[in-house]
Amino acid sequence: MFKILQKTLSVGSATAGYPRVAPHLAEQFRGCPEFDFDLWSDARPAADACPTGAIAVRDCDGLRQVSVDYGRCIFCGECAEASGDGAVRMTRQFELAATDRRDLVLTAEYTLHPDGSHAGLQTTTSDPGAEEPGKRIEAAIHNLLGRSLSIRQVDAGSCNGCEQEIVALNNPVHDIERFGIHFVASPRHADMLLVTGPVTRNMELALRKTWAATPDPKVVVAVGACGISGGIFGTNYASLGGVDAVIPVDVYVPGCPPRPEALLYGILLALGQVRQRMSFHPHR
Amino acid sequence: MTSPWKELRERFPEQVRSVAEPVSGQFTVLLNGPDATAIVRHLLAERQARLVTVFAEDRVNAEGVFYNYYLFDRPGDPAWVMLKAPIPADHPAFPSLAAELPAVNWQEREIQDWFGLEATGHPNPRRVALHDNWPDVHPLRKSFPLDTVLAPFEGERHVYRPTHGEGVFHIPVGPVHAGIIEPGHFDFAVAGEPILYLQLRMFYTHKGTEKLFENIPIHRAVFLAESISGDSAFSHGTAFCQAIEQAAGIEVPARAQFLRAILLELERIANHFSDTGAIANDVGFVIANAHAGRVREMVVGLNEMLTGSRVLRGMVAIGGVRRDWQRAQVEAIENTLEVVEREYRDLVAILQSSNSTRERLEHTGILRPDKALMLGIVGVAGRASGVDLDLRRDHPYEAYRHLPFSVPVYQAGDVRHRLQVRIDEVGESIQMIRAAAAHLPDGPHRAPAQPIPPDRCALSAVEGWRGEIVHWVRTGDGNRLERCKVKDPSINNWPAIVEAVEGNIVADFPVINKSFNLSYSGTDR
Repeated sequence: MFKILQKTLSVGSATAGYPRVAPHLAEQFRGCPEFDFDLWSDARPAADACPTGAIAVRDCDGLRQVSVDYGRCIFCGECAEASGDGAVRMTRQFELAATDRRDLVLTAEYTLHPDGSHAGLQTTTSDPGAEEPGKRIEAAIHNLLGRSLSIRQVDAGSCNGCEQEIVALNNPVHDIERFGIHFVASPRHADMLLVTGPVTRNMELALRKTWAATPDPKVVVAVGACGISGGIFGTNYASLGGVDAVIPVDVYVPGCPPRPEALLYGILLALGQVRQRMSFHPHR
Repeated sequence: MTSPWKELRERFPEQVRSVAEPVSGQFTVLLNGPDATAIVRHLLAERQARLVTVFAEDRVNAEGVFYNYYLFDRPGDPAWVMLKAPIPADHPAFPSLAAELPAVNWQEREIQDWFGLEATGHPNPRRVALHDNWPDVHPLRKSFPLDTVLAPFEGERHVYRPTHGEGVFHIPVGPVHAGIIEPGHFDFAVAGEPILYLQLRMFYTHKGTEKLFENIPIHRAVFLAESISGDSAFSHGTAFCQAIEQAAGIEVPARAQFLRAILLELERIANHFSDTGAIANDVGFVIANAHAGRVREMVVGLNEMLTGSRVLRGMVAIGGVRRDWQRAQVEAIENTLEVVEREYRDLVAILQSSNSTRERLEHTGILRPDKALMLGIVGVAGRASGVDLDLRRDHPYEAYRHLPFSVPVYQAGDVRHRLQVRIDEVGESIQMIRAAAAHLPDGPHRAPAQPIPPDRCALSAVEGWRGEIVHWVRTGDGNRLERCKVKDPSINNWPAIVEAVEGNIVADFPVINKSFNLSYSGTDR
């Protein structure tokens, strides 16, 4: 007992204080890649190198459409390495959570040359489209859940990578309970489902039942590249892809896995306690 | 050097067609037919060999047959030997070994489900990898396309064996559990508090991984290997890269071998800290979990500094590692280890100071050594039950032949000793990392990229923090794979939990389960 007290006193407070305090990130930490579409002379090597198909190139009618989907990205850095022109750069940005899936997709259009190269950036936009009514979380829910939130975590087919970082939210360094947020054992006690994926064929029914068992109003957060889009697994005979293929999703948290601060940012975004950083406006 | 494996041809002239060594230290014994029983018995009884894994391959298009592979090793011999038994496409069946060798129970049923090869005489031939209502498909046959769309799941997954008796009832648990853990279903038959019989249903997270390996280029497959079991991303990634390197004859530079060994040990330390905390937490010793979680953050912070990822993703590559380290990074290893080692001593002292914790962990969830041996248990769980196996020592890879370490082995087989193995291994790993960092060779961190030649087979084995990881590949045309077999230690170890919980109270199940901490995703793939 004395040993425990002595240790506790010598350690003091271990909590890091994010988001009030900027997190400690190693210089080497890989956040999301950043794209300079003006400078990007050829997107094809990056698209070939990308392990999850987050970068896609489509040629049609003398135009080349390049899209980048942060909802598939695993932050591996292969695209930056493959693009010799310095147009793709890895950043330490991790605050990527978004309330609309389309906010995570960037599209650029170039004039296509006959030799397969491209030039002349036409436009850069996030996927257009009007806001779906009822998609954003109502302010009323923020008021209701904002001060104390119960989360039920559901692994709908994950590799357990995201779960490691979700568990880390409960350690003294990230200490999610300081926000009045705690993880509960039953969906019946939950306000939020924190769901990892890809949703497997074998977990679809369990996910639907868990969602149905969670009382309204409820919020669903899809975690990680696999939870958003199926990630490297995509869709196949055993995988249905992202969580929103099965239940409606309110917030998407990119990463592979998202670091604890990125998860916290996504959860706080769902509660309306932080502002969404990720959204793309027309570049030209 | 003549190998004892070569005499198998003389000893079994009827059954053995040829013995070859396509990759140094990896013998392939090609049989004439599907019946491997006599040779398996011989290897187990007279050569003290150990059956590591059983798996199949569809070669119907290329050679007109399926193959079953039986992988063995034996104490004191770093070589591997693989029996390769052809199974005719028009009679897709092979004699089951499960009745005499319970260790292959699930693995033979996987072959049944995924390849449609019947394990004749299997004592419990029901589905294991596909749940009961799956249509009659065999996803790992070449004729089955990856993107086949199946009807949504409904109906029965599995009919559990009934249990009868006065006051006997069932407690169904999962697949969505109370904690932040992976999905699986546990059906407890209990009489009051004690557990009579536990039945498991896994494969909820089956996501077509082995099939997907056959459908993507090898450079993407490295990242898929990292997603087999997220807590072992670096171990699985390394096992995959090693298999490709063996197949293609790629020489990994010495520096890369040392960097890999350091990262493999950091993965072990981070996970052992998590488990140490979680085991304490499951018996209500929350403060120990808090300290363990805090120290784990130090380790994953170091991981991030060394690889850009807290969980070591995106670092391992075919031919070495993606990024080299500067002097400051190597110095950070020593500085972090110094703090981690001190914290680790304090944590162990705190754990040992609590009699009530020891009371809960001792004699709980016992897996007896004879059962562990019979079931083919590996890794931490095996070593806590007298199974003296460690691939780092028995089949040295990377820099391990240059690093001094000892392998903790206990006989008691309870939760307390599975914890003790972890505690001992953290100490060993810290010393190994120190030794590796001190003797880090200069030179390149990655071999130059080269095309991977087609139709080469190779296996690789890595002692992940949980236990024995085996990957086997056959390369294909155009930098692709024909087959990638993945064996996570979890597939071996689930039966150990069934054994260990018997007679324990339901309330002790979480801590028993945590003391094994098996990977559902690694099992289900």
